[in-house]
Amino acid sequence: MSADLSELYQQVILDHNKRPRNRGKLPTANRVAHGDNPTCGDQCNVYLRLEGDRIAEISFDGSGCAISQASASLMTTQVKGRTAAEVEALYQQFHHIVTTGETPDEISDLAAFAGVHTFPARIKCATLGWHAARNALIGDADPATTEKHTD
Amino acid sequence: MNPALHAAIAAGSASRWENVRADFPILHQQVHDKPLVYLDNAATAQKPRAVIDALVRFYERDNSNVHRGLHALSMRATDAYEGARARVAQFINAADPAEIIFTRGTTESVNLVARSLAAGLKPGDVILCTEMEHHSNLVPWQQAARLSGAELKFVPVLGADAEGGLDLAALDSLLTPQVKVFAFTHISNTLGCINPVAELCRRARAVGALSVVDAAQSIGHGPFDVRALGADYVAFSGHKMCGPTAIGALIARPGLLDAMPPFLGGGEMIESVSFLQSSWREAPWRFEAGTPPIAQAIGLAAACRYLDSIGLDHIAARDAALTAALKSSLASIPGLRIVGPPHERGSLVSFVMDQAHPHDLVTFAGEKGLCLRGGHHCTQPLMRKLGLPGTVRASLYFYNSFDEIDAATRILADAGRYFA
Ligand SMILES: Cc1ncc(COP(=O)(O)O)c(C=O)c1O
Repeated sequence: MSADLSELYQQVILDHNKRPRNRGKLPTANRVAHGDNPTCGDQCNVYLRLEGDRIAEISFDGSGCAISQASASLMTTQVKGRTAAEVEALYQQFHHIVTTGETPDEISDLAAFAGVHTFPARIKCATLGWHAARNALIGDADPATTEKHTD
Repeated sequence: MNPALHAAIAAGSASRWENVRADFPILHQQVHDKPLVYLDNAATAQKPRAVIDALVRFYERDNSNVHRGLHALSMRATDAYEGARARVAQFINAADPAEIIFTRGTTESVNLVARSLAAGLKPGDVILCTEMEHHSNLVPWQQAARLSGAELKFVPVLGADAEGGLDLAALDSLLTPQVKVFAFTHISNTLGCINPVAELCRRARAVGALSVVDAAQSIGHGPFDVRALGADYVAFSGHKMCGPTAIGALIARPGLLDAMPPFLGGGEMIESVSFLQSSWREAPWRFEAGTPPIAQAIGLAAACRYLDSIGLDHIAARDAALTAALKSSLASIPGLRIVGPPHERGSLVSFVMDQAHPHDLVTFAGEKGLCLRGGHHCTQPLMRKLGLPGTVRASLYFYNSFDEIDAATRILADAGRYFA
């Protein structure tokens, strides 16, 4: 197996792709946002139940490559119970990981996505679910499209 | 050509094809420590030494601008550039080199004809396309429709995986006298299906519509006779037939260009210019504003010579033999489903795999030295209609080998296990 390939498709990613967490619609959701990546056709819906400023419940569904689906799945496990400000900080951390390959000192599953940075075309796959979640948090009904983001 | 002759040519001379392969310097390299297997020929073809040498020779000896200098180099460059036009005319059996407008490729050719024809369209007119068009034979017609008020309609594809190709039965009701333009691809770059160009051109003519054929995937893959096909306009790209990038042509039926307004304005395309108005040169130069792709046209002529030296019949037979092998080899991979027509097809195979998304498969393959294409192949509306996120496409050219097909099959079978 080539080094870059096993870096990209880390076990965590293959596992989340095969057994996505929090997948499906959330009947109790009070926030929904849709994300799509027109150039590669990836789609992701994020459903949230906000309680005050915190994400009490979250789920996602959609279709796309292993990177986009695994990232959305992992994202849901990372942001549950967090406030919007905390999610934003996590997103910034994640964005740094996937664009630079640098991982934070503390142990984090997000580091599994460090290999994405050697495949620049896949960065927007990795960030799709995050963009949808951030849009859901700010209550933006417009679909999150990765084409409007600089990454 | 009859199938027996096909088989004889394809099988007869393995060593000959090895020699042909040796003409392509790029093919002999390792990628990620693996032998390069280039199966992305529908995106762009590789260049033989003869084409590379023609470019180098031009830049080393003759480089100059055309049609304007009175010195030796400019005359040589002009002769070579106009000679290239004549060589391309010969390659596709055009009646006269003056019917050939050099462009940057298929996309620019379609834009040129669409923009020029839009000036003569009006509300109530119909532009007919098909559901399998590449964006470059779709978006310019959307623009033409918007500019002119004409309506855009589509010939559907048949079947859940478009296995039926174009719905020719639907043509009867679609090809009405309101249709002024019928634009369609010869060979689909996504599905591989080969459309009956001569029949479609004839039916267009019968209702008074102009036919515009996207020949990006067909010219260079077999004999192509623009007169026999009866097309009004044909667009193609040099880079898909072993020529350089940024050169292609729009070929018109004799007489059509004279009536067409120019597309781009500027130097080269004018006869006389005053501050407020200009008069145009005759066709085809009226459509070639600015310094043209001179070296590229000369490289394209070298590609025509090279392909003719092998023989377009032989190339078609070789393509067909490789494609048949690829198709049956891929079909043996568990979970793999071929998209598009089961039989007659261009030299490409599009497929999806249950285990993995096209982009994951293509990334995996790329790391093994196997170059494939994954995604919508610039046919987003078609993918949406078929409900596919995209496909993986393996596309061949005559210099590919049966060993490469075996290697590609092994890699894709591995990918299936990896993502399972
Ligand atoms: C069927 C078809 N039409 C048009 C094009 C556009 O060609 P180009 O990008 O060379 O203009 C392509 C290639 O990408 C194609 O396969």
